[in-house]
Amino acid sequence: MKIALDIFTILAVMAGAFFFLAGTVGLLRFPDPLTRLHALTKADNLGLGLVVLGLLPQTEWPLDTIKLVAIWLFALLSGATVGQLIARAARRAGPTP
Amino acid sequence: MTLALAVDIGLTLLILAMAGWTIAVRDTFASVIGFVTYGLLLTLVWVRLAAPDVALTEAAMGGGLTGALLIGAAARLRSTEAATRTERPGILTRTLAGILSAAVTAALAICVLNLPEPAPTLAPAAAANLAATGVGNPVTAVLLAYRAMDTLLEAIVVLLALLGVWSLAHDRAWGGYPQLRSTADPDGILVYFARVMAPIGIIVGIYVFWVGADLPGGKFQGATILAAMWLLAVGAGLADLPPVSRTWLRILLAVGPLVFIAIGLVGSVIAGAVFAYPDGYAKPLILAIEIALMPTLVLTLALLVAGAPQRMPPQ
Repeated sequence: MKIALDIFTILAVMAGAFFFLAGTVGLLRFPDPLTRLHALTKADNLGLGLVVLGLLPQTEWPLDTIKLVAIWLFALLSGATVGQLIARAARRAGPTP
Repeated sequence: MTLALAVDIGLTLLILAMAGWTIAVRDTFASVIGFVTYGLLLTLVWVRLAAPDVALTEAAMGGGLTGALLIGAAARLRSTEAATRTERPGILTRTLAGILSAAVTAALAICVLNLPEPAPTLAPAAAANLAATGVGNPVTAVLLAYRAMDTLLEAIVVLLALLGVWSLAHDRAWGGYPQLRSTADPDGILVYFARVMAPIGIIVGIYVFWVGADLPGGKFQGATILAAMWLLAVGAGLADLPPVSRTWLRILLAVGPLVFIAIGLVGSVIAGAVFAYPDGYAKPLILAIEIALMPTLVLTLALLVAGAPQRMPPQ
């Protein structure tokens, strides 16, 4: 059981790291602010989500587990909010040449 | 090479690269973002050094608060940035500044590398006397019992910084509302975010403050979180900053350091030394100082970010 959980942790964290990598590549390569934001939110939501999911079996129930999930939810909330605000500012500023 | 060592080396290289980039980049705003990233990386270093108290402070003050202050400064400087760029210092000045900075870095590096092995430390003495202070977190014991004077001066320094910011006010606006004001759409996402986040953030801030007695945390970190929540509510248009001439504001700003000084002076009469706590009363006195300092710190930090008075007070 222990080894199965460890393998689950490794796989999920690696999948999370992949989304962070993809998000970073997108941030560097995409042409305009809106598409770059799109790439970033993938890293925030899925990347962090998978890392947290992978770490859950390693935490101590209940406090640490709840704290980790809460961190992911807060990152989701603030990521979504900041994404909206930046997108609005970018649209107001107009397309960059 | 172990995995942990690889992570440490990678982290160090990243920090050095980030520091270099912060100095080298021309655009002020980009430099500020570099500095904030640098602060967050430094937080990870403190975690790796098993110093979560310092890491929390670095994340809250070094990355968060200083970052917010610098972003505000960069935004204000934007209109004059092109003009300043034409009057860059000459190559001689820049070379001399570079040599001076390198010399300071080299001197620090030599000092650290020449420390005797093991490095001199007071940690065992601090841990041994922890029981006398009544607090469980040795860092809090250092801050409020062994080195209380330093903490008092820190609290006074941020207050002086706030006075410095206020003194930039135009004569006409003196005593008025701070510069920060909400431009948020009343039905927008920021208002929703502030409504959801601020209550949770306030609980987290008070928790971080309270838990500082026994675990990593404390008043500076907690105050930064509370100040951030207040500014979030102000930015969303849900709360107002007071004009700087308000009497209750002035009283709360002064009460923290005053209580701290008073307890320190009473110690010199009752316990024989300034900031000595009478036997058995250390914990309640430390708690009294922390509780008195908390509103002062929250107000000071929030108003530092809010900027100089700019709008007239209501007549």
